Amino acid sequence: MSMAPQDLVERAVNVATLPSVAWVTERTEANLRWANNGLISNGEMRSRSLTVTAIAAVEGGTAAGTVSQQIAGGDEVGAVVAAAESLARAGRPAEDAAPLVENYAHEDSWPEPPETTSIEVLDELAKGLGDAFERAEAARQQLFGFAEHAVETTYLGSSTGLRRRGVQPTGRLELNAKAADRAASAWLGRTTRDFLDVDVAEATEELNTRLGWASTKVDLPPGRYETLLPSGAIADLMIYAYWTANARDAEEGRNVYAAGDGATKIGQRLAELPITVLSDPRYPRVETIPFVAFTSSLDDTSWAFDGGLPINATTWIDKGVLHELIRNRGHAAQTAARPTPPADNLIMDGGGTASLQEMISTTRRGLLLTCLWYIREVDPERLLLTGLTRDGVYLIENGEVVGAVNNFRFNESPIELLGRITEIGAAELTLCREWNDYFNRTIMPTIRVPDFNMSTVSPAS
Amino acid sequence: MPQLDDRFLALPLQALSDAALSRARDLGCRYAEVRVERIRVAYRSFRDHALETTADHEVLGLSVRVVHNGVWGFASDITLATEAAARLADRAVATAKVSRPLTPASVELVGEEVYPDAVWLSAYEVDPFEVDEATKTSRLLGLNETLLAAPGVNHAKAMLGYVHENKHFANLAGTSTTQQRVRIQANLTAVSVGDHGLTTMRTLAPPTGRGWEYLNGSGWDFDAEVAEIPELLAAQAAAPSVAAGHYDLVIDPSNLFLTIHESIGHATELDRALGYEAAYAGTSFATFDQLGSLQYGSEVMNVTGDRLVDHGLATIGYDDEGVGQQQFDLISGGILVGYQLNRQMAAEKEFGRSNGCAFADSPGHIPMQRMPNVSLRPAPNGPSTEELISDVDDGIYIVGDKSWSIDMQRYNFQFTGQRFFKIENGRLTSQLKDVAYQATTTDFWRSMEAVGNPDTYVLGGAFNCGKGQPGQIAPVSHGCPSALFRRVNVLNTQAEGAQQ
Repeated sequence: MSMAPQDLVERAVNVATLPSVAWVTERTEANLRWANNGLISNGEMRSRSLTVTAIAAVEGGTAAGTVSQQIAGGDEVGAVVAAAESLARAGRPAEDAAPLVENYAHEDSWPEPPETTSIEVLDELAKGLGDAFERAEAARQQLFGFAEHAVETTYLGSSTGLRRRGVQPTGRLELNAKAADRAASAWLGRTTRDFLDVDVAEATEELNTRLGWASTKVDLPPGRYETLLPSGAIADLMIYAYWTANARDAEEGRNVYAAGDGATKIGQRLAELPITVLSDPRYPRVETIPFVAFTSSLDDTSWAFDGGLPINATTWIDKGVLHELIRNRGHAAQTAARPTPPADNLIMDGGGTASLQEMISTTRRGLLLTCLWYIREVDPERLLLTGLTRDGVYLIENGEVVGAVNNFRFNESPIELLGRITEIGAAELTLCREWNDYFNRTIMPTIRVPDFNMSTVSPAS
Repeated sequence: MPQLDDRFLALPLQALSDAALSRARDLGCRYAEVRVERIRVAYRSFRDHALETTADHEVLGLSVRVVHNGVWGFASDITLATEAAARLADRAVATAKVSRPLTPASVELVGEEVYPDAVWLSAYEVDPFEVDEATKTSRLLGLNETLLAAPGVNHAKAMLGYVHENKHFANLAGTSTTQQRVRIQANLTAVSVGDHGLTTMRTLAPPTGRGWEYLNGSGWDFDAEVAEIPELLAAQAAAPSVAAGHYDLVIDPSNLFLTIHESIGHATELDRALGYEAAYAGTSFATFDQLGSLQYGSEVMNVTGDRLVDHGLATIGYDDEGVGQQQFDLISGGILVGYQLNRQMAAEKEFGRSNGCAFADSPGHIPMQRMPNVSLRPAPNGPSTEELISDVDDGIYIVGDKSWSIDMQRYNFQFTGQRFFKIENGRLTSQLKDVAYQATTTDFWRSMEAVGNPDTYVLGGAFNCGKGQPGQIAPVSHGCPSALFRRVNVLNTQAEGAQQ
C-alpha cells in the first residue's frame, strides 16, 4: 500500500534540515483523440510528483533550491529533500529572497483523499462521437478533435506549519468539422469541469451552421478590417498580455508595461471603454487553486520563496486603467508594493450585454473570426504579436453572415488593441484555442475593433 | 566513456515488461509494447548578477500500449511493480474498449526487425548532472558578468538547461532496447534600454546532444561569442529601421534552421498530411498525392531526415515503436520524395517499413510521429557565406532566430532574427532593425538560388518542439548551410499593428 500524499508531505517536512516547502500533486487524466471520423489515440494516466523547495543561508544572503520528482512511495522522499537542500546550499544569494510563508487560517480539508478521474468519464462522450461520426460521413464531412479530463489534487506543507489542500478539475473538448474536400473548416471549444455539461449533438449542430456559412467563398486582400473577435480569440490575446505582466521587467524597461526611468504604466489608461481584467481563484465557473504551488509563472517571475502564499483576487486593469502587475513577495518588499501572484484564470468584462448574434446583427460590414493560431511575440516593447486566423473567417454584411473569407496573418498588440475597442459584448465562459493546453479557465466578451490589422493572406484552409 | 546509468539499470526492467506483456497477451492483444523511462531535467536561470532559478525535475514511470480487437489502448502509471505493470495492461485494454465506437477501421502496423537486448548511448562526454553546482553557476554567471561589464549593456540574462534520458522498451515481438541520451542548451541575452527604447540580443549557440563539455569549448566557443555581443547590441540599438519591401536574403544557419523546422520539418510529417493533426497542429500543403511530384523548392534543395547524426537532438538508436535508426530523403532536387513515418502510417500507405519517427516525450504519453533531425544539405563545392553575400546588390544578411509563426497548413510564415545586416553591392554595410521576413513556403524555397559549402554548415535545433494532444515536446536538430534567397517580402515590424 503506497503512502497517502499527506503522509509524504509530512515526511518531507519532517526530514528536512532546512526551512522547506513540500507539495505532492496527484494527477489522473483520461483522453480521446480523433481525426477523419475515427479514433487516433487515447489514454488513462496517473502520476504523483513531490516538489521540495529548500531555503539555505549562503554567503551574502539566502538561496533556494527546488527538486521535483515523480515518486511511487515514501522511500524516495528523503532523497528528494536532500537533493533540494544540496541545490540550495550550493546556490548564490537570490535577489527576491523572502522568509517562508507563515501559517495562516483557511478552510481547506487536509485529511480528504485525492480526487480522481478515469477513462469512463468519457464513455458518454465516446458514444455521442460515434453517432456524430456516422452523421458526418453521411453529410460528407469529417470530424477531428480532442477530449481530455484531468483532476489534480495538491497537498502543500511548510516548515512553518502551513498545510493546504487544493483540487483542480480541468476538462476540455475541441471539435473541428471539415468539408470532405477540406475547403471549409469550423471549430468550437468547450471548457468543462466534469463533462456532464457537454452535448456532442448540440456542438455538431453549431459546426454545421458554420460550415453552411462557408458555402459562399469570398476572397479578401490584406488590410485593416472592422472585426468581431469572439471570446476565445480575445482570450488568447489577453492571456499573452497576462503572461508578460511582470512588474520588475516593467520597472527595468523590458516590457510593454514600462513607462521609462524605472516607472511602470500602472495608473495609465489603456482603454477608453470601462474594461476590467482580473483573476480570482474563487470566481464562479473558473475556480482554481487559491495558493502558490509553483516555482515560477509564465511571466518569468520566480515564486521559489513563496510556496503556500494565498492567491487572492487581483484586478489587473480597472475600468480601462492599468491597476496591477505581477510581483513576488521579495520584489514587493523591495518596492513597497503588495505581492500579486497570478491565478490560473482570467476574466475580462466591460459591462456589455450583447450576444455574438446581436453584435453580428449590428455590423454593417466586417469580419467575424473563429479563433487565432500560432501567436508569437514580435516586439516585447509594444507586445506586438503575430499569428493567424483559423477555422473560419466570415464576412458580415448588413447584419448577416454572407460567406467565408480566406485566412489572414495578423500583426497586433493586445495592449494597443485595448485602446481601439469600440464595443464589448457579454462576458461568457470560453475556451481559448492557442493556449488551451496551458490555460483553460477564461471568461471573456466578444469585442469589436474597427481596424484589425490583417497583414497578409494565408492560403491555408 | 559514458555508461548506462546504474540507477536505471537497477530497476526491474525485464520483470516489469514481462509482467505487462504477458498480461496483454493473455487479454488477447495482438500487439503490445512497454516503456519504462526515467527523464531528468535541470533548469537554471540567471538575472544580472544573481542566480534566479534552480530547479531539477525527474519523471520516472512506465506505460503500456496495446492493440486490442483492432483498437489502440494506452495506460501509464508511476508504480514500478510487476502487479502494477500487469494492471496497466488491463487499463490499456479498458481504454481500447471505451474507444471501440470511435474506431471504424482495425489498426495495422508494418513489420520491423526484432532487436533483442539492444543497447544504445548518445555521443557525449560529461553528464551535466555529474558536474558540481558551483562550477555550473560560476560558468554562467561569469559569462553574464562579461556582458554586464560592457558599456551599453543594462541587463543580462542567462539560462542553462540539460536533460538525461533513460528509456527501456520491449514489445511482444521480442525487441528489448535500453537507451540513454544527454542534451544541453545554454544561452545569454544582453539588454539595452535607453533613448532608443528596448534592444536585446541573444547568443546563437544552439542546443545540442552533448554534455557539459559544450560549455568548455567542445562544439562552441561561448567566451568568443559573448565578447562580440555588446558591440553588436550597440550597433543594433543605433541601427536604422528597415524600409519594408522585397530584398534578396542571405540567411545564416542560425536563422535558417528554424525556417527549415517550421516549413519543411512539420510539413513532411505524414500524420499531418493525412489529417491526424488537423484540429491542433494542423495539416500540410504537401499532401500525399503530391509525393514524387511537388516542386517544393529549387533544384539546389536537398533535405534528409535522420536519427543518426552525432549530437543531433532527435538522434536515437531505436524509436518508441522499436524501429532502428535510419537516414532518408525528404526532398531531392527540389522535389518532395518522402515523409516521416511511424509503423501504422507506413502500413496504411504501403511504405514497407517505418523510418523510425515514433517518439513519446515521457512514459505518461503515447508515442506519436515526431520529427527526426531534418537537414538541408550543403553544396560540396558551393560558395562561402561571403561569396553568397557578394552576389547580392540590395539585400539583408539575417543571423539568429527570434520570433516565428506559420499557418496550420505550413504555407504562410513570418520570422524575425537576432541581427540583420544590410547588403549593398555585395558588401555588408550597417545593421538594420525591425525586420521580419514573410513568405509562402513553396515560393520561398523555390527562390533559393544557392546553398553554401560544407564549411558554412551548422547543426541548429530546439529542445521544445510541440505537437499532439495531450501536448508533447520533442528535441530536434536541423543542419543547414548559409543560403541565398531572391526577392523575399520584408516587413517593418514597427509599422505593423499600430493604428495608422
